[in-house]
Amino acid sequence: MDVIFGNLDLWGTAIGNTLLVFFGGGVIALVLGTIVGAMRVSPVPIARGVGTVYVNIIRNTPLTLVFFFFVFGWRPLGFPPLPNVVLGIVAIGIYTATYVAEVLRAGINTVPVGQAEAARAIGLPFGQVMSLVILPQAFRSVVPPMMSVFIALLKNTTVAAGFSVAELAALRATINDAPDRPGNPMEVLLWVAVVFVLLVMLLSWLQRHLENKWRIAR
Amino acid sequence: MTSVLYDVPGPRAVLRNRIIAVATVVVVLGALAFIGYRFWESGQFDPAKWYVFTFTRVWEQILAALGNTLAAFALAAVLSLVLGFVLAIGRLSEHAWVRVPVTVVTEFFRAVPVLVFMMLLYYGLPVVGIKMDPYWAVVLALMVYNGSVLAEVLRAGIESLPRGQKEAGYAIGLRKSGVMRLILLPQAIRAMLPVIVAQLVVTMKDTALGFIITYPELLYYAKLLSSQQGRPILQSAIVIGGIYIVMCLILSGIAKWVEVRTRRSVKVQGLAGGNVAADDESTLTEVIALQKGAGKFDGTNTGRASDG
Repeated sequence: MDVIFGNLDLWGTAIGNTLLVFFGGGVIALVLGTIVGAMRVSPVPIARGVGTVYVNIIRNTPLTLVFFFFVFGWRPLGFPPLPNVVLGIVAIGIYTATYVAEVLRAGINTVPVGQAEAARAIGLPFGQVMSLVILPQAFRSVVPPMMSVFIALLKNTTVAAGFSVAELAALRATINDAPDRPGNPMEVLLWVAVVFVLLVMLLSWLQRHLENKWRIAR
Repeated sequence: MTSVLYDVPGPRAVLRNRIIAVATVVVVLGALAFIGYRFWESGQFDPAKWYVFTFTRVWEQILAALGNTLAAFALAAVLSLVLGFVLAIGRLSEHAWVRVPVTVVTEFFRAVPVLVFMMLLYYGLPVVGIKMDPYWAVVLALMVYNGSVLAEVLRAGIESLPRGQKEAGYAIGLRKSGVMRLILLPQAIRAMLPVIVAQLVVTMKDTALGFIITYPELLYYAKLLSSQQGRPILQSAIVIGGIYIVMCLILSGIAKWVEVRTRRSVKVQGLAGGNVAADDESTLTEVIALQKGAGKFDGTNTGRASDG
């Protein structure tokens, strides 16, 4: 227990940073992912092509490599210096956006063809077909996989630890490199694992809750 | 097909689509040009920056690092498949004393980030007197995580089979093991093969986490190279990144090919193929692949399977 109460300040910043990367990355992923997802179902072939290339390249790149590019490649390109946390948030956001885009597209694809055809038959233009008929239905089937993407995002925040962001997985190094901090690596990491299990359980509960709330009987 | 969302465009829509197309091209080219300009201005195209890649020795070492990556991937893939089968069967067991612990273990390993588990093996175990090689830390962490994910995938595959399959198996006098081995597993594996291969792509990508616990794989070597003369950090990231992307694209290509074949095959129609709502590139399997992250296979999809 010493490992927690002796380092309470460190645990505070670590959990704070983890949540910061999680929410920051989540917002970027949602915004960018929605744009890319829209591009991938749009009637414009070039936009579809760009979306496909983006998704295929980023999804087949390890997240660690995306981090590598942003964290180590930012300064050599002559950009103004940014803290690693910000670069990490951008990296994880860009990576997760591809998954968000795929979930949205898969969700749109689960809406039966007849729905879109019927909407067009009564004369709705593309915008209204999407906003009034397709998206409200797609949204419901998107909720569970979208929450899974966010659970994966939460677990992926640990990669930031390898790029000197002081978040949960980096706590081991911080505590053990300080001479007078209590706790050995095993204890620290086990508690980190426990924190993650709790956070994931919380998200799974939220997922089940939302799923039941918006369940549809087709 | 997504194209059912819109009609054949009329003159106004054609014009609007062209404008959007031009805008997309301008934005993308603009972004690329900006990045290219930054590369140019900060001298990233300098021959000196790319100099290290002219040495045969460097390429030999890249090959060695690639070998390390593949070695970790291959063993982790095989072991996680084995573990996946064991956990899936354990979780479907009728004995509570097998089922409950296996369920807890599976859920736990799926909730802990791979990197934390790797660190636990590499930095944590020496505390209790076990010294672990980075290679084994990477392999074991990947095995445990992907094994439990694959267990969920297989379980979902088995549970999505019509109940009549199992009942018919018992009716012709097979034992539990026979029903599982001869009836359920072959069908489940066939239906879930695309997801299984897709999970192997994840395993491949996750070997790059070994970089953080000093396993000398590709990304680690990229970092090493960047301390060479000229500090070619972006250059080595680009070269190594290219290797990763090509490897993962090949595996993803296999996954897609398996999936297309699965969907055409008559044998799996009605299992996984029957209710695939998406019909171009993305399919139900992808939705399942995404859902499996939280062990929720009982979502909207199975509901649709039963009535479709």
